[in-house]
Amino acid sequence: MIDLSNLTIQKAHEALTKGDYTVRELVDAYLGVIKEKNTELNAYLEVYNDIDTQVERAEKKFVDKTATLLTGIPFAIKDNILYKGHIASASSKILENYTAAYDATVIQKLKDAGVVVLGRTNMDEFAMGSSTQTSAFGVTRNPLDPTRVPGGSSGGSAAAVAANMALVSLGTETCGSVREPAAFCGLVGLKPTYGSVSRYGIIAMGNSLDQVSPLGKRVEDVEIIFNSLAAYDPYDDTSLPEGLRTPKDAKENKNNKKIGVPWHLFETGVDPQVMQNFKDSVEKLKSLGYEIIDIELPHAKYSLAAYYIIMPAEVSTNLSRFDGIRYGYSAKGDTLVEVYNKSRGGGFGKEARRRILLGTYVLSHGYYDAYYNKAIKIREKIRQEVLQAFQNVGLILTPTVPFLPFKLGEKMDDPVAMYLCDVFSAPANLSGVPSIALPSGKTKEGLPFSIQFMAPQNREDALFAVGKAFETPAVQ
Amino acid sequence: MDIKDVEKLASLARIELPEDEKEQILKDMGSILEYVKQIEEVEVGDVAPDHTLHNAWREDAPDDRKFSRDSIIAQFPDSKDNFLKVKKILSND
Repeated sequence: MIDLSNLTIQKAHEALTKGDYTVRELVDAYLGVIKEKNTELNAYLEVYNDIDTQVERAEKKFVDKTATLLTGIPFAIKDNILYKGHIASASSKILENYTAAYDATVIQKLKDAGVVVLGRTNMDEFAMGSSTQTSAFGVTRNPLDPTRVPGGSSGGSAAAVAANMALVSLGTETCGSVREPAAFCGLVGLKPTYGSVSRYGIIAMGNSLDQVSPLGKRVEDVEIIFNSLAAYDPYDDTSLPEGLRTPKDAKENKNNKKIGVPWHLFETGVDPQVMQNFKDSVEKLKSLGYEIIDIELPHAKYSLAAYYIIMPAEVSTNLSRFDGIRYGYSAKGDTLVEVYNKSRGGGFGKEARRRILLGTYVLSHGYYDAYYNKAIKIREKIRQEVLQAFQNVGLILTPTVPFLPFKLGEKMDDPVAMYLCDVFSAPANLSGVPSIALPSGKTKEGLPFSIQFMAPQNREDALFAVGKAFETPAVQ
Repeated sequence: MDIKDVEKLASLARIELPEDEKEQILKDMGSILEYVKQIEEVEVGDVAPDHTLHNAWREDAPDDRKFSRDSIIAQFPDSKDNFLKVKKILSND
């Protein structure tokens, strides 16, 4: 029996290299768990039918001695990442029958490394949500407590890893969509620097915010995936050129051990248990030799409000391509406009419709200046403020989510309450800096706590360093 | 904002809404706009982005792409002789 609960990429790689077990046996172990648990949890929408071919490709690499760390590692991918020849639906009825015509760059990289992609995971429709309850294909349940949500929008990718249905997974973030489910499922989730990982082949939600983001049980796993995926991609116009990726003074930076805490952002609205855990985590960091410094981010409290103008604006333009004409769900109508109206009305779910209308509103004549233009100015203010803060500290620390995983069905009829799940996520997405969510203990009932760090652009290394220092030692 | 505005937005966005959802959307939009309205109180002044934009387009040259014409045509909801078929956009009246 392989101990899936404590498995890491490194451990699996060593075992596969030594021949303790084969890729086939490793993959079968995960498929066994999927068979046992997926009916209840609904983490996967589909287990792929080409796993045998992928296993052969990986095993051949071990025979040829061309295997790398990721070879044979079982992955789950979010349903908005294109995997050629397979359905990619963004958990929406409008793309229910859409087959990817090409591979996303991140998938090409995983294929080159010889990973085994087990299947595609459930998500909030078009990544719009914080609990995986807006999927057109049913909710995903939290493996730690199936009466609760796994977070979202990458809830399926988080649940798959937490339930040992994949060793690691890919999600995507627009605003907290990996860090929040990581928090709710007791995992590590990394939102990389904007532009560091290619967005080519990702079904877009908010182009100025989206990033592919890895999930794993340990910091080292997330680090390995990030290092394998982060590279310039000529097919992504927002991809960072190689020359802009490495900060000059990374290792010797005098601020590496200084953590800024913007206490004023969470004076209210945070669950007392979450707050107590946060304070305990701060004490733990002090005992690990970090210096804790109070910082002020005066505009950061407007992050979520600015986000809920900028994102719907980008959503309303992005999702205009789904019109029932070239692919996806197409309703019959007598005129072209009727085909559009019925295909989009019937194909998009409630939350997608709501956000498209909101975006249409904030971009419309007469409201554009008051909403969109103001919001992008505030975004720039927040960005400058965050960069300014990093003159004096190396890291910024907040809770990941203001509260604990909630019950299925909760917050569904109160959009603003749902949006507040991501109140601490927004500054990193708006300013483009990387951020990591880390498990920070559990309640008596076994629900997970989480804290998150932000670092300056391209300083993922600083997030991995503090993450490894903070996380509980690995089981050997 | 009233029902007429919701209908106008839905028509601009080309989304047919069921009658019973219009009220709901009106209510939701109200609460969301109430929340985002807090940006009104922020004095930002003239914020100029401190970055410069540059052209990231590729050369306009043929490229060896991995997707085939067939894989795209196969997804057309309606087609004739390998062409995408759409409803008439101009009418006689």
